[in-house]
Amino acid sequence: MHVPDGFFTAPVAIGAGVVAAAAVAVSLKRAKSELDDRTAPMAGLVAAFIFAVQMLNFPIAAGTSGHLLGGALAAILVGPYTAVLCVSVVLAVQGFFFADGGLTALGINIVLMAIIPSAIGWGIFQLVTRVARNRASVIAGSFVAALISVPIAALTFAVLFVLGGTAPIETGAVFAAMGGVHVLVGIGEGLITAVTVSSVLAVRPDLVYGARFLTKPLVLKTATGEQVVEPARQEAPKPLRPFLVGSVAVALVLAGIVSFFASSSPDGLERVAEDEGFLGAATDHAFGGFALADYGDVGGIPVGIAGVIGVVITLLVGGAILWSVRQKTAA
Amino acid sequence: MKGLYRPGDSPIHRLAPQCKLVAVVLFAVVVVATPRERFWAFFLYALTLAAVTLLARVPVGYVLKRLAVELPFVVFALAIPFIGVGERIDVMGVSLSVAGLWAAWNILAKATLGVAASILLAATTEPRALLLGAQRLRVPQLLIQIATFMLRYLEVILDEMRRMKVARESRGFTPRDLRQAPVLAKSAGALFIRSYERGERVHLAMLSRGYTGTMPTLRDDRAPKAQWAMAAVLPVVASAVLFVS
Amino acid sequence: MTLDVRDLAYAYPDGTQALFGVTLSIARGERVALLGPNGAGKTTLVMHLNGILTPGHGEVRVAGLPVTKENLKEVRRRVGLIFQDPDDQLFMPTVREDVAFGPANMGLRGDDLDRAVVTALEKVGMADAIDRPPHHLSFGQRRRVAVATVLAMDPEILVLDEPSSNLDPASRRELAEILKSLDVTVLMVTHDLPYAMELCERSVILSGGVIAADGPTREILADGDLLAEHRLELPYGFAVPSPPGRG
Repeated sequence: MHVPDGFFTAPVAIGAGVVAAAAVAVSLKRAKSELDDRTAPMAGLVAAFIFAVQMLNFPIAAGTSGHLLGGALAAILVGPYTAVLCVSVVLAVQGFFFADGGLTALGINIVLMAIIPSAIGWGIFQLVTRVARNRASVIAGSFVAALISVPIAALTFAVLFVLGGTAPIETGAVFAAMGGVHVLVGIGEGLITAVTVSSVLAVRPDLVYGARFLTKPLVLKTATGEQVVEPARQEAPKPLRPFLVGSVAVALVLAGIVSFFASSSPDGLERVAEDEGFLGAATDHAFGGFALADYGDVGGIPVGIAGVIGVVITLLVGGAILWSVRQKTAA
Repeated sequence: MKGLYRPGDSPIHRLAPQCKLVAVVLFAVVVVATPRERFWAFFLYALTLAAVTLLARVPVGYVLKRLAVELPFVVFALAIPFIGVGERIDVMGVSLSVAGLWAAWNILAKATLGVAASILLAATTEPRALLLGAQRLRVPQLLIQIATFMLRYLEVILDEMRRMKVARESRGFTPRDLRQAPVLAKSAGALFIRSYERGERVHLAMLSRGYTGTMPTLRDDRAPKAQWAMAAVLPVVASAVLFVS
Repeated sequence: MTLDVRDLAYAYPDGTQALFGVTLSIARGERVALLGPNGAGKTTLVMHLNGILTPGHGEVRVAGLPVTKENLKEVRRRVGLIFQDPDDQLFMPTVREDVAFGPANMGLRGDDLDRAVVTALEKVGMADAIDRPPHHLSFGQRRRVAVATVLAMDPEILVLDEPSSNLDPASRRELAEILKSLDVTVLMVTHDLPYAMELCERSVILSGGVIAADGPTREILADGDLLAEHRLELPYGFAVPSPPGRG
């Protein structure tokens, strides 16, 4: 899935690069709070682990195979910010040292394979493990988080592609193909992630960042048989809010930048669509007269703002669904 | 996993890594920004890279072989003319999308030039030097350190993974479909624990030698202006081609 | 006393307790072998000596200095820890940078640093490998460089975890010669009883998280029942000369 040079227009690639740089900068800061002075060696070894694990091919069906993305897995094992750092470094090394993945597409690759899977995976994992705080929920959460993170990353790719791809493929086809295949890939990713997390839990439960709430208090016996009890490093669950706010901000910036640039070069899809009048026939059929149709300035709203409004609406709908789910499970 | 580096003593090998890094990234940006209709611009880019290859004394076959990395995307690119929308033309009895052909050409040309430039960079620069170059370019210390540790231990971890694979296979395991995935995942779990514990031990080894959170900087290699000027040739030529065309 | 351990007890975060009250002192210039079966708590004890692990109970002193957060830097300079797997110890891209890591953290720079690096490498006979990446060296060479990384910090006590493991006979002998040539206090964790016999006049058996025996190596290795009780065995064909005075 490493996107090469030339797949996206230069503006989209640069826009994604800016977003990736910002996210990596934030992660650098926050990773230190996840790992303190162990950050460099631990993240380095985890990055090497991710690199190795991405080489594990798992067969999906006859003939095709997928490989692990590892973003959600890394987020659950070492925390979301460290995960973003690890996977980003893996991608940069693959690009610069192994010529795998375009140098100008590094930002896109980081957004797709480091930021989105870690953020989405961690968010979903948090939601699931909040419902029930036990071992089973950690494993179930890992499965669902990894499963969903893959098609979401694929759909993000599709969105970017529609905005600034260079190939004339029907929007619906891109979404269907990316979504369909990657739900399957996601099942494999979910399965492997869940079993990996569960086998780590069995041996070193203290290593699973997302399962620190399982830690029990420590009992010490001395030579004379007296007992010393150290309280477990029980942390109150961190509020999700800053994390969610951060994700929303990234999404908004991304949408804003990308759609701003996308408008200036009606390349690929849009161009063909205009030539063929398929925009009028296909995309506009539902929201024909609506101001946001075509992400353009149909109703006088500039493209950048249209993109941002799109993200806001998506988030509102998504948030409403999540909220209703939580209400149900909590009740 | 073997890196792409080929030891050598060419002018390109001797160029300061930070200069090469900047040159290659700028070159890739120029290539990507080039409108796809300008065929001969792409031809000149390829010619420029060929000249660099010659100057670096990297065998052409070596570069071509390593281009295989982009194969999955070649397949995708070649499919676009068939599935693309819009006006179609017949090529030897097959109906192809005109815009799709353009898109395929665009992706193939730019991706190939981009990969070739990266291969040349990696083939002529030692990984360690590349990291020092990135450090000179003010890439955050922590990122450089993470990458340094990653490269140091990649081979060690891949070895562990290979040994696990041999152990699985010597007991008759062959993955056929998704049902076997849990077995692979258990290996992945074991590999994670080993990697993490090695990370802990490395951290302890660092602490034992007085590590307090920052790496001592021992080298500071400033590149002379001449090196920058020489490295600038690549992106400048490319920009000139883009401008003239 | 160079090293003083008193009533040390420790349990890992996952709940397993490794040490149940260990008391041990080592005088300046001694070479002591720390023997014991797998899982006896040897590595855990070693981790306390330079403050990597903090005692759950009891205390550790190095040259009179209690091992606490304030003294950590000084303690770590004085106690040189050499890990079992040299790949853990050699984490930098080249031998030079690796050996320089410790002294540079202690504040050495420039020519002083270079001299410290070269001297340490000469002591282990690895000066030629100075610019090579560690993963290009043989296992025995890597172990010697690992010793150099610690020697460069000019420690008072050298703590080695299984120094002879995975070494071929020649490398094993070379390492023994290097250790004998050094003028430092040595604590050596090992299963390799002949190696303990060769290098250390005193041995300590750690078993089940407590000290089970402490005495001259000759006497301890000659006591077959004691060894058997703690799952220690001399290699086939190896006999300890009877200690003087016992006939």
